[in-house]
Amino acid sequence: MPDRRLLFLAGLFAVSCGLYLLWGLQGRIWFILELRGIKLAGLCVVGAAIGIATVLFQTLSGNRILTPAIMGFDALFLLMQTSVVFFLGGFNYAGLPGPFLFAMNTVVMVCAAVLLFGALFRRSRNDIQLMILVGVIFGLLFRSLTGFMQRLIDPSEFAIVQGTMFASFGGINRTELIAASILLGMLSIWVWRQLPLLDVMALGRGPARHLGVDYDRHQFQLLCAIAAFVAISTALVGPITFLGLLVSALAHALMRTHRHVHLLPAAALIAIIILVLGQGAFERLMRLQSTLAVVIEFVGGLLFLVLLAKGKIR
Amino acid sequence: MISVNGLSHTIGPAKILDDINLQIAPGGVTALIGPNGAGKSTLLSVVSRQVPAQSGEVSLDGADMKRIDHAALALRMAVVAQDVGVASRLRIRDLVGFGRWPHAKGKPSPKDADIVAQALAQFDLTALADRFLDEVSGGQRQRAFVAMAYAQDTDWLLLDEPLNNLDLRHARRLMSELRNLAQNAGKSILIVLHDLNYAISWADHIIALKDGRVAFAGETQDVMTSRTLSALYETDVSVMAKDGKTFVWHHN
Repeated sequence: MPDRRLLFLAGLFAVSCGLYLLWGLQGRIWFILELRGIKLAGLCVVGAAIGIATVLFQTLSGNRILTPAIMGFDALFLLMQTSVVFFLGGFNYAGLPGPFLFAMNTVVMVCAAVLLFGALFRRSRNDIQLMILVGVIFGLLFRSLTGFMQRLIDPSEFAIVQGTMFASFGGINRTELIAASILLGMLSIWVWRQLPLLDVMALGRGPARHLGVDYDRHQFQLLCAIAAFVAISTALVGPITFLGLLVSALAHALMRTHRHVHLLPAAALIAIIILVLGQGAFERLMRLQSTLAVVIEFVGGLLFLVLLAKGKIR
Repeated sequence: MISVNGLSHTIGPAKILDDINLQIAPGGVTALIGPNGAGKSTLLSVVSRQVPAQSGEVSLDGADMKRIDHAALALRMAVVAQDVGVASRLRIRDLVGFGRWPHAKGKPSPKDADIVAQALAQFDLTALADRFLDEVSGGQRQRAFVAMAYAQDTDWLLLDEPLNNLDLRHARRLMSELRNLAQNAGKSILIVLHDLNYAISWADHIIALKDGRVAFAGETQDVMTSRTLSALYETDVSVMAKDGKTFVWHHN
């Protein structure tokens, strides 16, 4: 039987989707519904990717403060995208078909993450503190390199890159969305098959190895999966730094369990609900007079601080 | 039988283990003793394959430990390490339940639940079973980790200073349960001990390490003498007998 709290989240998810689709619906109804439907699908894919990636990452790092964003995963993605524009030229880049672009960005991202973090793991296996330090430095390095390349390319090419630099659900490409959904689906099925194993890995390397888990191999696979999840969300809408931290804290506080079979769906649902409600409020209450990131980080940040102060998050 | 042949281990500039050769016989309690920094914990973590052997070889029943599959090893050897920090919010019952992972692989049967319940009862944890691990005392947490290894139900059980944080009632109960497991269930137990009185009362065999080398090893009553222990710790230690019980006097 599904957990009561998960059912509650599913209900909230359905309500917020309905609200988003139907609120203030007038004029050419089908046209508007189609537009909103695409955006809603984008929000769902991004929310699920961010929620799952963050919980997985925190399971690996044994820490509730670290997120892929802090380790420089999304900065790496932006760097990869900028360097592709830099080396191919903006005209060639914009001429490439959407799904191909998405696939290329994702593959480059996973390869770069595997090369960098794989090398890091071989040198300093399981020294998570060193990893965090390196991650923070990597993030800074990636952002600086990205900024440097963006200053070198000409303004029209910069405009192409700029679109990916800030979180925006305005222009989700339909073919990109389909490619992202398929990838998300495949990854989720893979993660689903690892669920009990993830519970053991959350014990940490030592205890998990004593229980017969080939920790290093699984850690490597999970890092690849996390890189792909981050690629999905960053490719579709750009970096949303704070959301992952908020979502995983809420999922842990609400579910109060170590079991990923409950944590992962909860994190995915919470992320989607926050994104859908945030985007709805942003479009209809604020009339697009801000950015979604500001809405989410302001409201989400307040909620996070309140929960932290009340001791609900630990 | 665990055999250690020519094992050496260095951490940075320090030689922690220096050409160790040992046979640890199955079926009995073997205590590892020695002063601080003698290499007891390092030896235990190399034998439990937590740390790979740098030079030399460790074998379990004749098979090189390096070649034993992770999952297969977990069915033969359970380990209780020193102060394990667990990040996830776990209830004690769930932690002990993880001891069944090598057998059940995430699909626990009623039999596994029975074994977990028995392990909880054995280590006096039934009343605490639904408490979170970060909401109990250090000694209770320590017992939960021992119960988890117990639930793993392996032929070999390796424990690194399990008496840390335990009060005398639970320390004595743990040692007597280990002795019971060795005598009646045919388990083999390797345990790092600091308290010589527990070692002399409960262990069948003693391995004493000093400066990364084996100082002495053998049957407890043969090797635990005032002379050997005083030399081992470079401190006056007297082994005494009173009312048929042996104890070690070293406090003053």
